[in-house]
Amino acid sequence: MSLTLQKQEGRAGLALISPTLVITLVVVVLPLLWAVMLAFQDVRLINIRSKGLFGGYTLENFRYVLSEPGFWPALVNTLVYTVAGTALSIAIGLVAALALRDRFKGRTLVRASILIPYVAPVVAVAFLWETMLNPQYGIVNTWLSQPIAFLSQAKGTFLGVEVPVALLTVIAFEAWRYFPFAFLFILARLQALPADLEEAAVVDGATPTQRFRYVIMPQLWRIVALLAVLRFMFTFTKFDDVYLLTGGGAGTEVVSVRVYNFLTSRDDIGASAAQAIVLAVVLVVFLALYLRFFAGGEREQNR
Amino acid sequence: MSRTAEPALAAGGGERPASARRRRPMSRDRVERAALRVLKPLVIAVFVAVTAFPFLYMVTLSVRDIQELILDPGSLWPRRLTLDTYADVLNRQGFLTFMRNSAIVAVASVVVTLLISVPGAYAVARLRFFGHRQVHFLFLAVYLFPAIVLAIPLFVLFTMMGLRGSLLGLILVYIAQTVPVTVYMLRNYFETVPRSVEEAAAIDGCTRLSTIWRVVLPLSKPALMATGLYVFMIAWNEFLFALLFLVERRESWTVSLGLSQLAGSIEIPTTVLMAGSVVLTLPIVIVFFASERLLTEGLTAGAEKG
Repeated sequence: MSLTLQKQEGRAGLALISPTLVITLVVVVLPLLWAVMLAFQDVRLINIRSKGLFGGYTLENFRYVLSEPGFWPALVNTLVYTVAGTALSIAIGLVAALALRDRFKGRTLVRASILIPYVAPVVAVAFLWETMLNPQYGIVNTWLSQPIAFLSQAKGTFLGVEVPVALLTVIAFEAWRYFPFAFLFILARLQALPADLEEAAVVDGATPTQRFRYVIMPQLWRIVALLAVLRFMFTFTKFDDVYLLTGGGAGTEVVSVRVYNFLTSRDDIGASAAQAIVLAVVLVVFLALYLRFFAGGEREQNR
Repeated sequence: MSRTAEPALAAGGGERPASARRRRPMSRDRVERAALRVLKPLVIAVFVAVTAFPFLYMVTLSVRDIQELILDPGSLWPRRLTLDTYADVLNRQGFLTFMRNSAIVAVASVVVTLLISVPGAYAVARLRFFGHRQVHFLFLAVYLFPAIVLAIPLFVLFTMMGLRGSLLGLILVYIAQTVPVTVYMLRNYFETVPRSVEEAAAIDGCTRLSTIWRVVLPLSKPALMATGLYVFMIAWNEFLFALLFLVERRESWTVSLGLSQLAGSIEIPTTVLMAGSVVLTLPIVIVFFASERLLTEGLTAGAEKG
């Protein structure tokens, strides 16, 4: 009796979940497997029908892609962009969350204002930045003594040091657009912290910075670490932001933009897929390293 | 305050007045508190300026003539308000069509995603079926997997099937990309619905589906709203797949794609395109703030467990 009930439940469960499984399988999982196969085949849109799914596997795409002169600089750009964008967005989000932690008049409005960059469509904000930074009529450049071509100038000097202007601008955009994401998560955590620890620290005479360093921050590490993983993953493969701001020009080409260019303008599906796979593999390697490193760190902290 | 401090100070003996004077106003605690009192409003003001100003500028730019911008790029406020920019962008540049496309895509994605994910989430929350533990990993993987990798096979597939240029393909992709997250969000909520209510419904003769329909769903309205709006925002804002699938057919462009494609052209004045940005941004901002509490609570509550 109970066995049949259980069976019935199992069947009902599978029936209810099957639409979900079918669509993820058909539109996500199978295409991903296909992407891996494409990376090992010499395919273009023209010859794809004659190639077939299986067979004709070769490492040629990888050899070609890795020996292209543009690939390694793009990978370095991707890394710099990702690490800097991730770190900045989390740091700024943390400051914002701390500043908005206690109630004050108008906090709801300030919070709303902070969230807009994250909520607004990427195309709109990228166009807005482009306009504001435009060397001819951009408002930011009217505040400067000398106009700067923020988005089309690869290198410039700042205080005598050569800096990658466009790359820094793209990183600033990333930090500006995604700090609200970190802000949301950190604020939620901050507001869930038990008050008694901090009260005890106040009684013990801890100053605000000491409380932050020794009481608040240790309780935030977990969420910060999670945010670091999430933002790293999202930024590392991000396409929209860089493509919309610079189109990959002026020393800002990241691997995902190359993937897109190979796919559309060069019509080289195999090479495009190979680059995407390399990107994904590098991402996985970094994550594995990070998790290993971080898991070790946490164990130490708990000791 | 002073009374509690007294015994300690009394023990200090003769030095009492001097040390009291030196320590109290100069203590690190006081300095820090004073500094924070000044810094905090400053920091908050900077945050508001940095986040709100660009969007205010967007709006003020959208209601002036391009001549004004070129002659006086530093001005913050238009000298003469005009709404011609909006008329231009909506009619002549075709943003009305783009908005219709975006609306179709977004609404269809929301409806179908909910239709698929409600039973799915219910199954994960309530029923023990084969593999119900493993299913999370699949969803997490789908959620975290880079879109740029997925873009390649889908681009090829849709080209071969002739689905490029049709909104249908785009809707399909949005559904597949949001279903895992919405199942997760809804499951969290369904688990808070007391089992006893459902059992009562079952005793009253409800089948499983009618229990979901009559009992679970009415109790889950806030969660359904939040999930629906999440999907709406994704579908309205998305750019990469819209670019890949629709770029060759102007009449099926979404608003995001339309703005990005027209932004490069020299013939269309920047102020007109700014009006386009406002048209693109406003629905999302309204939707978000109308539902902000629901949405952020849903999202961060989900992440809290991870």
